[in-house]
Amino acid sequence: MTSPPPPMSLLAELTHRCPLQCPYCSNPLMLDPRTQELGTAEWQRVLDEAAQMGVLQVHFSGGEPMARPDLPELVRHAAKAGLYSNLITSGVLIRPDSLRALADAGLDHIQLSFQDVEAASADRIANMAGAHAKKLEAARLVAAEGLPLTLNFVIHRQNAQRVPAMLELAEQLGARRVEIAHTQYYGWGLLNRDALLPDRAQIEATTQAVQAARTRLAGRMSIDFVTPDYYEDRPKPCMGGWGQRFLNITPTGKVLPCHAAETIPNIVFPSVREASLADIWDHAPIFTLFRGTEWMPEPCKSCAFKEEDWGGCRCQALALAGQANAADPVCHKAPDHNAVVQAIAQRPQTPPPFRYRRFGNA
Amino acid sequence: MTQATGQTVTESTVPRFARGTRLQYDRVREVWFVQAPERAFHADPIAAEILQLVDGSRTLGAIIDQLALKFDAPRAVIAQDVLAMVADLTDKQVLLHA
Repeated sequence: MTSPPPPMSLLAELTHRCPLQCPYCSNPLMLDPRTQELGTAEWQRVLDEAAQMGVLQVHFSGGEPMARPDLPELVRHAAKAGLYSNLITSGVLIRPDSLRALADAGLDHIQLSFQDVEAASADRIANMAGAHAKKLEAARLVAAEGLPLTLNFVIHRQNAQRVPAMLELAEQLGARRVEIAHTQYYGWGLLNRDALLPDRAQIEATTQAVQAARTRLAGRMSIDFVTPDYYEDRPKPCMGGWGQRFLNITPTGKVLPCHAAETIPNIVFPSVREASLADIWDHAPIFTLFRGTEWMPEPCKSCAFKEEDWGGCRCQALALAGQANAADPVCHKAPDHNAVVQAIAQRPQTPPPFRYRRFGNA
Repeated sequence: MTQATGQTVTESTVPRFARGTRLQYDRVREVWFVQAPERAFHADPIAAEILQLVDGSRTLGAIIDQLALKFDAPRAVIAQDVLAMVADLTDKQVLLHA
């Protein structure tokens, strides 16, 4: 087998520690403890290896990556290696001095998350009093610093009606990009699905709000819109194809094709503590297992779209069909499509309480 | 969908990269990329030639002159390519100009 093309981007999850407890967090249910996190020198080696392989962009994420005091040092190292650096942050730890240290280190861009536009609702979703006010202040500091800013809103049944106000807030805060991302249902999101899954009318309303804003803001602000695939007929090309463009490294150094891949059973997760990143990308079973189209079952194997959607999402197949190598149940042709139909049909009228994301709460 | 942004690109325009965007040579793939917030897009050879001359002080007229000389090509053809590409990258917020 020939070597796969090198990855384009690396998601570096520096820590799972976070002051927020959002119920749709993309971190796994079993969070990595601080005592096992990679150290500064280990991350620096990983960044060098990533750049040498052909990774172009590194996304420093978490948890809350600003909980790591060595973040400016890692940003500086990434810049020196020629990597474009992005900070994915909740913003609650941004202060004038901490932001300045990151800008001086060569940080290229900041993605700041918001939970809502109404403070009370936002703070309830994050389960952190005062979080929203801190984020507004953080956005002002980023704009004053002149760093390009993306605002990220994760949306769901409890805030989707405020998408137009979210877009207005992004405009007011001087964001160049905004992401309106419907919740994806893995890990914590799946655990909280009944509290989060919108209905079809909400999906349509959010789609219309985004289209109207795209027309109004063309050339000034770009909008990325992530739809919830439960309401689609065809699955999404998850991660641009398994092991084709993207690598994720967990706080303890496990290397994964996506941030939910730790749910896949009976497989060894390779670690940067034991092998080089290039060796893992080229040869580790977790990457080769679902790369390309060889692994596909029917109806994927004979499907005309198999190199467009790559069979959809392996973690969703596992979560909903019980097997990672099944067709993504979102697809209307998948044998397990009924799992998605049922999830929508059985969605309760009143959302149940959130099960917040924190150590030991899964 | 793209609408005019009120910025007209002419030969006297002086383009520069917006903060958070840059042109970068990828030694592994041996191609040029425009690095931008959360995406990197491939710059074809013509775009790469143009963008290597964007330094925040050259006018587009000077860039066109230089490329016409380098490639021994009709100036009008080069001018059309350069103005169209800069207008497109301005709409994408990659380039700014006064």
